Amino acid sequence: MLRLQDVTKVYKAGTFGRTHVPAVTEVSFDIAPGEVVSLIGESGSGKTTVGRMILGLTRPSAGAITCDGVDVASLQGRALRRYYGAVQGVFQDPFSSYNPVFRVDRVFHMVRRPFLPELDDTEWRDRLRRSLEAVGLEPDDVLGKYPHQLSGGQLQRLLIARALMLDLRFLVADEIISMLDASTRIDVLNLLGDLRSRGLGVLFVTHDLALGNYISDRTIILWRGRVVEVGATPKVFGDPRHPYTRMLLSSVPQLSAKWETSTVEPLEAGTELAGPLQPIDDDHAVAAWGSR
Amino acid sequence: MTTVDPVLEAIDPEQRVSTPDPVPRRRNEVLYFAFRNRKLVIGLSVVGLMLVLAIVGPWLTSAGPFEFGYPTGEPPSRAHWLGTTASGQDVFTQFVHGLRASFLVGALGGCVAALIGMAIGFTAGYRGGAVDELLSMLTNVVLVIPTLAVLIIVAAYLTVRGLVAEALLIGATSWPWAARAIRAQTFSLASRDFVSLARLSGARPTQVVVREIAPNMSSYLFLTFILLFGGAILTAATLDFLGLGPSNAMSLGLMLNTAVVSSALQLGMWWWFIPPGLAITAIVGGLYVTNVGLDEVFNPKLRET
Amino acid sequence: MSLAVDNLRVHYRTLRGDVKALDGVSFTVADGEIMGLAGESGCGKTTLGKSLIRLDGRMRHVEGSVVLDGTELPIADDRAMNRYRFREVSLIPQYAMSALNPTRKIGKLIGELLAARGESYDDRFPELTRRLSLVGLDEDVLERFPIELSGGMKQRVVMVLSTLLDPSLLIADELTSALDVSTQKAVAELLVEFRDREFVRSTIVITHDLAVLYQVADTILVMYAGKLVEKASAEEITTSPVHPYTQLLIASMPEVGTRFADERRTGIPGRPPSLLRPPTGCRFRARCPLAFSKCAEEPPFVEVAPRRYAACWKAAA
Repeated sequence: MLRLQDVTKVYKAGTFGRTHVPAVTEVSFDIAPGEVVSLIGESGSGKTTVGRMILGLTRPSAGAITCDGVDVASLQGRALRRYYGAVQGVFQDPFSSYNPVFRVDRVFHMVRRPFLPELDDTEWRDRLRRSLEAVGLEPDDVLGKYPHQLSGGQLQRLLIARALMLDLRFLVADEIISMLDASTRIDVLNLLGDLRSRGLGVLFVTHDLALGNYISDRTIILWRGRVVEVGATPKVFGDPRHPYTRMLLSSVPQLSAKWETSTVEPLEAGTELAGPLQPIDDDHAVAAWGSR
Repeated sequence: MTTVDPVLEAIDPEQRVSTPDPVPRRRNEVLYFAFRNRKLVIGLSVVGLMLVLAIVGPWLTSAGPFEFGYPTGEPPSRAHWLGTTASGQDVFTQFVHGLRASFLVGALGGCVAALIGMAIGFTAGYRGGAVDELLSMLTNVVLVIPTLAVLIIVAAYLTVRGLVAEALLIGATSWPWAARAIRAQTFSLASRDFVSLARLSGARPTQVVVREIAPNMSSYLFLTFILLFGGAILTAATLDFLGLGPSNAMSLGLMLNTAVVSSALQLGMWWWFIPPGLAITAIVGGLYVTNVGLDEVFNPKLRET
Repeated sequence: MSLAVDNLRVHYRTLRGDVKALDGVSFTVADGEIMGLAGESGCGKTTLGKSLIRLDGRMRHVEGSVVLDGTELPIADDRAMNRYRFREVSLIPQYAMSALNPTRKIGKLIGELLAARGESYDDRFPELTRRLSLVGLDEDVLERFPIELSGGMKQRVVMVLSTLLDPSLLIADELTSALDVSTQKAVAELLVEFRDREFVRSTIVITHDLAVLYQVADTILVMYAGKLVEKASAEEITTSPVHPYTQLLIASMPEVGTRFADERRTGIPGRPPSLLRPPTGCRFRARCPLAFSKCAEEPPFVEVAPRRYAACWKAAA
């Protein structure tokens, strides 16, 4: 359904844009309909940029992102709006996602006229109620309130409910739970898992390996804007091949094992970490690496 | 996890108030703090008083401001509340008409400057890139031009000058700092997620600016307008004082001009030049003080609790 | 070194009344112990960390004492505490690495801080460079500006800086939260190394991340809504917690390897209570699946097993 081919994004900085900062370099992967994919990377890996490009908020400098064959970057006007009727995003900071001046209901009204003009008031309210139920919220608890009156978890769920108002096929979830407390994180994550059973595809952008592993079918590991490992989640986590993936997995603090007991070879200085992707089997590919 | 302010976290969610709001959360909270803020109350009172005088004053006088025929150089008396000028005109009539003119020029000039500043500031801040570079260059050029010199030259060339023309000229040259300030604020707001969300809801750039960004800056825009208003009055007074103001209307600056030319200072005709000078100082000063007070009201962190 | 906190109450003054952020907290930290202080946002852990070294303008010391190495710390008196700060008690506040003055070179920054404490930069220089190289930083980092350093490097500079005068107690507030997973491990392990090399005697590590605490802390103290909830060794807390809150918290954290389809985790429904008017009785009562009639009476924080403490009637039983 969604395909990225050699997508590259270079930011221009400095006076008159002379310095070039590559954020994403030749990233390619596919997402099938109804699939949950985690895009895992640390800071500077370009994962948020990839998410934004898929959402059409930034244009790739090179390469193409196509949805059912249509180039996303070329969409404008009505075509772009139709795209947004099928593809939506939820971002990291729930409090930043709401305009503090208005009540939270506004995020729903904002999608009514452009996407659902044919619904009359009763149908609209009905649909709203069902969306809220799907995310586990009581309409009376959340409607009519200002953002600062609700918790981060409720706000994130409202955003997911907003996305569900449309006939969504794909959701880009960019670090949506990193700002939530541990006890609410898992509930929002479970919600994403439940949505998948409704046929919704999700791109789960995160730096947290445990969460990525918990929820996704396939995993993509990004390092400095390049894909270093991609494949079915059990394979990537169970049999990590790339040194960066292995380093990541060994550095994650776990409640079941101490750091000393995990072993990983330290990365030698001068190792080139990301060459072209080489398939290991039909659902697992690793970027080539080696000394310079 | 974000930095957690224990006080905010702990307060019952129903009563939580976030830190720096560009826009107040509830009307009554704004009014509550507004009326308790001394600077705001004093500033508004002064300006309000002058405004009332400006509106009501001309109705209290039967004559026109340029009318001659009164005894010359008389100090204030019951017949002439602020005395008369050296050429036999009623100072009070001139004063209230001048006040009215000042407020009109201030409002119109301030509006024009605010509109231009907003248009350029929002566009440059939201679009970024080449458009921003171009508009910033334009802003910097106009900023650097010595406004007063330009106004003097332009005014000197115009044969007939009206109040509106003066206001437009002032508006057209005082917008740059407002544009820069608005641009900076827009930059920071444009990167917020609710702007991205608006785009994802299919909003076009103008819609995003008007519906998402501007409301978040409304208190800032309001304050900017007040400053532009005060600045316009001051610039107009300066121009009028130099004799380059409207040729057909009375203004406070013109009063000062005539007073100086007629050696009112040396002749001790304090009733002629003190009222206009004091009025200008009071209005502009009052506006600036109001501005500071409003800033405290809108920004919870500045409040002296 | 030993730290004994007895019935500490610290409230925040607000227009609407006192927020009881820390409401009667008592515990001890032994010599050489790394104690983790865990809890979610609003539980009071940052308040506790701050009140051991400096109460900010809004905080009010209501009751309780803090005794460090036998002397009572005058925490309510800002000026009297000056003697103890940095020498006896040192704090690495949250987001310390973002608070480095961007216009000062690192070396100058350290020099100014030492001068403010009456120490000579030149005297301390050899020790400073030794410690910098210990944490993997080159001496020339002193000549750089903060913006030239990565997050991990800045955090290490801050760690060296805060421990330069060998304090008895180091309080590290969310030291690793803003760091990448790879640097997180390096920085957390540094905490242990500092203790082993006796740059600091004891450490209190404040964080919401229980997994990091399991890796580096000896004991873990869990807080909820301004009160202590459970204290035990890191191993015991993670493998066999006794307080329902701790149990639910740990149950909500998926490990690498847990899959949604196979083993679904659940969170804790509801929200922490308001600390403006906290509820009577056990503060976790409203969300606790084990709550019963006795929970209307506040459970004391008592020893339920050798060196295990919990504030729960069920656990004490």
